[in-house]
Amino acid sequence: MSPATGGRSEDDPAGVRGKASIVGVADAVSPTGKLDLHGRELEVSVVREALGDAGLTLADVDGVCCATGMMASVELAEYLGIRPRWTDSTMTGGSSFEIHVEHAACAIAAGQADTVLIVYAATPRSRGQDMAQMASAMSGGGQMPMVEWDIPYGFGIPAASYSLAATRHMAEFGTTPEQLAAISVSTRAWASKNPQARFQDPISVDDVLASPYVAEPLHKLECCLVTDGAGAVIVSRTDRARHLAKPPVAVLGVGTAHTHGMSISQMPDLCTTAAAVSGPRAFAMAGLAPEDVDVLETYDSFTITVLLALEDLGFCKKGDGGAFVAEGALGPGGSLPTNTNGGGLSYTHPGMYGIFPLVEATRQLRGEVGNGRQVGGANVAVAHGCGGVLSATSTVVLGREEVL
Amino acid sequence: MARFEPKASPLTEPFWDATRDKKLLVQWCPDCDAGVYWPRVHCPRCLGGDLGWKEASGRGSVYSFSVMHVAGNPMMADRVPYVIGLVDLDEGVRIATNIVGCEPAAVRVAMAVAVTWETMSDGRNLPLFEPA
Repeated sequence: MSPATGGRSEDDPAGVRGKASIVGVADAVSPTGKLDLHGRELEVSVVREALGDAGLTLADVDGVCCATGMMASVELAEYLGIRPRWTDSTMTGGSSFEIHVEHAACAIAAGQADTVLIVYAATPRSRGQDMAQMASAMSGGGQMPMVEWDIPYGFGIPAASYSLAATRHMAEFGTTPEQLAAISVSTRAWASKNPQARFQDPISVDDVLASPYVAEPLHKLECCLVTDGAGAVIVSRTDRARHLAKPPVAVLGVGTAHTHGMSISQMPDLCTTAAAVSGPRAFAMAGLAPEDVDVLETYDSFTITVLLALEDLGFCKKGDGGAFVAEGALGPGGSLPTNTNGGGLSYTHPGMYGIFPLVEATRQLRGEVGNGRQVGGANVAVAHGCGGVLSATSTVVLGREEVL
Repeated sequence: MARFEPKASPLTEPFWDATRDKKLLVQWCPDCDAGVYWPRVHCPRCLGGDLGWKEASGRGSVYSFSVMHVAGNPMMADRVPYVIGLVDLDEGVRIATNIVGCEPAAVRVAMAVAVTWETMSDGRNLPLFEPA
């Protein structure tokens, strides 16, 4: 079933599989949750580091992706002082960067670009919260449907929408608070091995359940952090990547889907996300299955975000997510090492976490993660993003050259 | 603090006007004979633009809910804990709302609920739901 590099198949009609590879990555985070650099200065610092990681220069970049700004990628390129021949300002919230990789891989396979730069930086912890933005959106009145139909009822913070999914999952499948809490515990166990993580002290299920409720059934320790952070990813032609500084990490499969926007009332089924579409598509293109995955880096805005992704991506059956995570499957030594950087729950979450799963998956597949965090013999990884309120997902299957 | 009071648009004015008489309207597509929520200029099923309004029974069931211990927006700060919910109306649409009229701990998925109203500063009423 596994198609050869550059081959075409029903699941990959344009022959995208393996044509592009991640060749450079960088992240900037701090255990304090705060960074000294902001805005463009922070973006440039991670661009410089990612290019150095790849052994490339700015002159090699002919494609740019960015999700923040009015003409996001255009403004970024102007500031960097480059004139790309390919651009992508796709903004789908937290999954934007997985989509950027998808688009970059397709562009590279089509010969439209050779080397694409993906950048994200945000410093909400140092530079104030988005409550002010939310208030200003409300004063606009009636522009976004959620302002007219959801905000009057006290919706607004993301936890409101995600908690509804958690309640529904518990009612339909008998998922328990202890099972959801186990996700926070496993993720923190990984964070304890990451000196850059915001929170590194191990926690127990009891600790999670003793933390105050934000939106029942979600406790504070089931909600992502608000930290400063930045990341950059460089995608290039696999045939050239072999001569670069680090072993290439091939983009084997990609898939994207969305079910609704910012109104959770519009989500057709609170227990099934768009990952049920994006995941199988990405696996089909890769010619791989969930059981082939050695490391999963998945969006963890909340514990329920992870639980739904595990089911929708096919790591367990729909409804079995609670039992799957309860015995530590996601943690160090577990059957599916997940969010090995400590995730959005314990490592960093500047608002759109999706660049960081790509960075960590790449490092795991290169085998360069230290401090007892490296998953031995990792050949296949999945980076999965989820943006909005369980709205827009994108799945990227990555592999070492041996898997091609 | 008063909760956020939504502004009506020309499209949604019939809905908000009807709330002055405590009537719950649902936008209705005559071709599909099905409801549309929230209001749009078209029916998401058939793309038809011939949408009207139908008075709903005000009855439904709780699809999901959450007790908010942190305010979802600043204007709800003095109301915590309060219950947000998604209610499936008998007319077949799902709406975001608050569940009131009982202890938060008494709310259950699939519980039968009926509309109740909270008066806003301009005389319109916001539809909320309570145990039926």
